[in-house]
Amino acid sequence: MNPIRKRRVYSILFVLLFSVSGISLILYSLNSNLDYFFTPTELKDRNIPSEKRIKVGGMVLNGSVERASSTISFTITDYENSVKVVYEGIVPDLFKEDSGVVVLGILRNKTIYAEEVLAKHDENYMPPNIEMNNDN
Amino acid sequence: MIKKFIHQFASPKTYLYQVDRFYSYIFLISLITYTISITWGLLYTPEDFVQGNSYRIIYLHVPASFLSQSLYIAMAISSVTYLIWRVKLAAYLVIAIAPIGAMTTFIALISGSIWGIPTWGTWWQWDARITSTLILFIMYLGLISLHNSFSNHEKADKLLSWLVIVGAINIPIIKKSVDWWSTLHQSASITLTDKPSIDPVMLYPLIGSITGFFGLVICLVLLSSKYQIFIREKNKSWVKDYV
Repeated sequence: MNPIRKRRVYSILFVLLFSVSGISLILYSLNSNLDYFFTPTELKDRNIPSEKRIKVGGMVLNGSVERASSTISFTITDYENSVKVVYEGIVPDLFKEDSGVVVLGILRNKTIYAEEVLAKHDENYMPPNIEMNNDN
Repeated sequence: MIKKFIHQFASPKTYLYQVDRFYSYIFLISLITYTISITWGLLYTPEDFVQGNSYRIIYLHVPASFLSQSLYIAMAISSVTYLIWRVKLAAYLVIAIAPIGAMTTFIALISGSIWGIPTWGTWWQWDARITSTLILFIMYLGLISLHNSFSNHEKADKLLSWLVIVGAINIPIIKKSVDWWSTLHQSASITLTDKPSIDPVMLYPLIGSITGFFGLVICLVLLSSKYQIFIREKNKSWVKDYV
């Protein structure tokens, strides 16, 4: 390779190195601030002050869903810790026990009073009949 | 011999004639592949056990998202080629790909929003995957308008190539966003290392639709690069002969 091209290769590598390290430092310092939601365990560890709007995500604990007129209450769990959620409104169709959920709400007395409930689904896709045989 | 072949191919003239030779075949094969795959996916695959019928938009969303990132990588490779070897054709390709990349990113964002309404219960959330894809879209638009704002083409090419290389850092961020941070968006179903977490009956039409969509987008890139060659080499005698 001739010297001019070699110099160009070095300058490209140099620019790449700088942009990669710059962005890495930014992302590293932002760290968990880029997380979309807290898990119940993070919620417990971080001592979030009450009356603060937060997003919490996890699985809906099996058997925890209770409906009373327009209010629904359930427990979000990450199978280590869990937190109770109260919500008034309509939940998405995909909301069900043992499946993913993200809520936005205010934390008060260890209960989240949700303003928004979103369903989170995973990356598994399969026909309904196969699910029965694959239940491990 | 390879070197000679590359040198020949890198001349806009040879490129143009080769594109004309193969264009209709690529277009036809891709159109057939995509039509078959999407018909198969929409009508002849079973419902999903969680999402029912709404998952079927995957046959548009995944190809579009895949292409939005692949095209950026193609732009970055062309930029490096241009900056090191000063191949003019590579510079034409960079600016030819940009609007097509913006288009596929737009389709990915819109189809994702449409998918989000029945499943997540929202069409937009600022999670890492969605936000980084929006940044990719804005980057494409920024690159296009930057190139258009110069009257000196060569200056524009150089600046554009440098910016494309700097912006390439966003691609691994989009890719890994669902693993590095908690997101509303699910993780990847198809990876190089693990068994796909999507059932084969749904996977085959998905692979077909990605391949077909890829081919159709390549056709758009070919047309767009032809257009760039015409604009940039309009004073050359061979272009006048061609037209």
